[in-house]
Amino acid sequence: MAAETLLERITDYANRSDPYPLYAELREAGRVVRQEDGSYLVGTYHEISALLHDPRFSADPRNLTAPPEGAPKPPFLRLDDPEHHRLRTLAMRPFGPPHSPGRIDAMRGEITEVTDELLDGLRDRAQIDVVDDFAYPLPVTVICRLLGVPREDEPLFREWSNAIVASADVRPEDKDSIEQDRAGDQARIEMGQYLVNLAEQRRGHPTGDMLSAFVNEPDPAMLLTREELAETAVLLLIAGHETTVNLIANGVLTLLRRPDQLDRLRREPDLLPRAVEELLRYEPPVHMRERIPLADVEIAGTSIAKGTSTVLALASGNRDPKRFHEPDRFDPTRPDNEHLGFGSGIHLCYGAPLARVEAQAALGALIPHLGTAYLLQDPPPYRYAAMLRGPRHLPIEMQQPWPC
Amino acid sequence: MAGDRRDGRIVIVGASLAGLRAAEALREEGFTGSLTVVGDEPYPPYDRPPLSKQVLLGHVAADTTGLPMRRDPDADWRLGVRATGLDPVDKRVVLAEGESLPYDRLLVATGTRARPWPNPREAALDGVFTLRTRDDAAGLAERLAAGPQRVLVIGGGFTGSEIASACRERGLEVTVTERGPAPLVGALGGTLSKLAAAMHRNNGVDLRCGVTVTALRGDGNGRLTGADLSDGSRVEADVCVAALGAVRNVEWLAEAGLAAGPRGLACDAGCRAFDMYGIVTDDVFVAGDVSRFPHPLFEYQLLSLEHWGNAVAQAEVAAHNMVSAGPLRRPHLALPTFWSTQFGLNIKAVGVPTLSDHVVIAQGSLEERRVVMVYGYRGRVTAAVTVDMAKSLPYYQHLIETAAPFPPVPGAADRPIAAEIPVPSDVPDPKGLSHGPTVALTGHLPDRRLTVVQPTS
Repeated sequence: MAAETLLERITDYANRSDPYPLYAELREAGRVVRQEDGSYLVGTYHEISALLHDPRFSADPRNLTAPPEGAPKPPFLRLDDPEHHRLRTLAMRPFGPPHSPGRIDAMRGEITEVTDELLDGLRDRAQIDVVDDFAYPLPVTVICRLLGVPREDEPLFREWSNAIVASADVRPEDKDSIEQDRAGDQARIEMGQYLVNLAEQRRGHPTGDMLSAFVNEPDPAMLLTREELAETAVLLLIAGHETTVNLIANGVLTLLRRPDQLDRLRREPDLLPRAVEELLRYEPPVHMRERIPLADVEIAGTSIAKGTSTVLALASGNRDPKRFHEPDRFDPTRPDNEHLGFGSGIHLCYGAPLARVEAQAALGALIPHLGTAYLLQDPPPYRYAAMLRGPRHLPIEMQQPWPC
Repeated sequence: MAGDRRDGRIVIVGASLAGLRAAEALREEGFTGSLTVVGDEPYPPYDRPPLSKQVLLGHVAADTTGLPMRRDPDADWRLGVRATGLDPVDKRVVLAEGESLPYDRLLVATGTRARPWPNPREAALDGVFTLRTRDDAAGLAERLAAGPQRVLVIGGGFTGSEIASACRERGLEVTVTERGPAPLVGALGGTLSKLAAAMHRNNGVDLRCGVTVTALRGDGNGRLTGADLSDGSRVEADVCVAALGAVRNVEWLAEAGLAAGPRGLACDAGCRAFDMYGIVTDDVFVAGDVSRFPHPLFEYQLLSLEHWGNAVAQAEVAAHNMVSAGPLRRPHLALPTFWSTQFGLNIKAVGVPTLSDHVVIAQGSLEERRVVMVYGYRGRVTAAVTVDMAKSLPYYQHLIETAAPFPPVPGAADRPIAAEIPVPSDVPDPKGLSHGPTVALTGHLPDRRLTVVQPTS
């Protein structure tokens, strides 16, 4: 056994560009694999799915370690029912059914416009960075409009977001993590304050965005407290732009590596929605989630003690040959593709409908122009985070500028 | 051998969900022979769940619920044609016009029909409906849109409750009569039926339990005016829906010597029909509501289901087995699941709630109208029903599949104190209900006398 645990190797930045052989090793090692620090790692589809649905597994990090004094309460992503359900339901009111059905679908036109504007600006460029020029600005612009955050403040919240993502990353505990956690908490407080201030400006003057809806809710029983509004808005802004960027960039990377599939999607654009689902399986934006059992739990013959960190490698479950036929093949026509790209269970991705529309619009607009493009760097440089995995830059050569 | 089975003549009798999915699956499995689908309704396959929900609410028209096709099954569709008989020796399906269709393998997917109001003269009154088909739904929706004074729903099962819910959402006065102690009691047992009764009453339904309708009354012009109830009271209503459960469409098989009866056509786990002596056939297959099949998780008793998901899953297994040789055949092992939406609640179930002696609230609470109810039989989990907690269902499905002990072990973050206290499940004998059960254990023997029916004429 190597001195390094699998979790250390998976989170090691040197392995960021291709963690999939490590996931295969993880699945070989067993269904529930104990790490040297006592935590558990789960990489097989059926066990991950079972744990994501098991009401005895908590998403609340406070069941692992007591939070430092003054740390903000976790957002609903990391709370359990019934509190999770209450906050997610309130957050859903201006976003989706049953209160706002059709809201995201109605944004298709607007999202396509943003996409076209971005592409227009790239028309005469021989080289582009798919991340900085396209995959990042698109979801940021969309989530800013949806929430009601000024787009020009992006440099401001990007820094907070970076600190929060770094502190929330899955990694073995070490001395750096305490410092990172502190920086992350501080960023969450500042970003929350910023977003609450924006919301307050809209009290009595709603501007059609979600922050306006939150502060102008007429039913007092449906109002978020100031703290809940801060946590929820921070969660939505970060989740809204730190994940879809990976999905779009991973999509371009995957298709440029497979010219046959790129060509097929150009000829059969109706396949795009299924191609996006396959991307969510094959190269998901979120690779891992952490859960903590609230009781001693036996799973796949292994007993996990109450309060033990259990990391679910969703991206590994997506490549489990016991669930998916030829899992390492990218197949936009794959049947029965119930992937874990959006998780599963009560925390199933809140923003999934928006991510789908964005990825479909982005790839649909880009694909016709990628016929002669090629990757300038393969593998590309990756972002540091292991949990939210995606290219930091994706430079490509267009060879010939596209026709108008 | 396998090659032979991919060719030849297959006839599917029944052109609804199970028939369509089987036809698609046969082609998906590589069947290249001739395929004929017979349906007594004149329409291509359509979806029925919206008929008691969106259609009655006026959100969609009854003729817009056509089922999307996964692929063109390249079939000869004989729609608007009733199958009236089966000759299993000569291998022919007899059609109403006298024509007969020869087959090498047959799939019976004739489903069910609405149990009619038993008095034909009263049933013929203008304003009296049943709800099963597209035409039923179109007629009822039109009548509801016209704004009747009061709608009487006879039977508080799922269909009756959904109709009542749609009426209230449209602002219509509605009375529901149920012979049993509460709505949904036959399917969900005592505890959740009390929640169902509260939902009816809180939403303004005039709910009358423990009573039956003894007569429907009409005016001189044949129009419904109301109903007499067994407690001596009278309900004035200009629309009445008899929601009395379903009748299996097996009469056409009466002379075929198969194990067909009021509970359906019995088959093995591979969807092959039994004959009346309990001998399994190898050329007559069955899928969907008309089938009655053994399930290992429920003591191998023969199950009768009226579930959308079962029709799909069983049709796919039947199709696979129709074109596969013995060792390559698959069993139909899918767990029963069903859903209903009514009074703003999403009710979803897995397993067989009627196979239970106790229940326990495992998550949430009745007061919040958000609950997971787990059903146990002799110390193991046999079913779970969620109210507005459908995302929790897969966990309990896993417990059923692994015969986990009942009550479920503690540890859920939202586990209520009530989770420590199992109570009797109180599932009544279906004979005492107005509504038939949509899931029923029907015993072990395919050749029981009760499965023999006489032709009605």
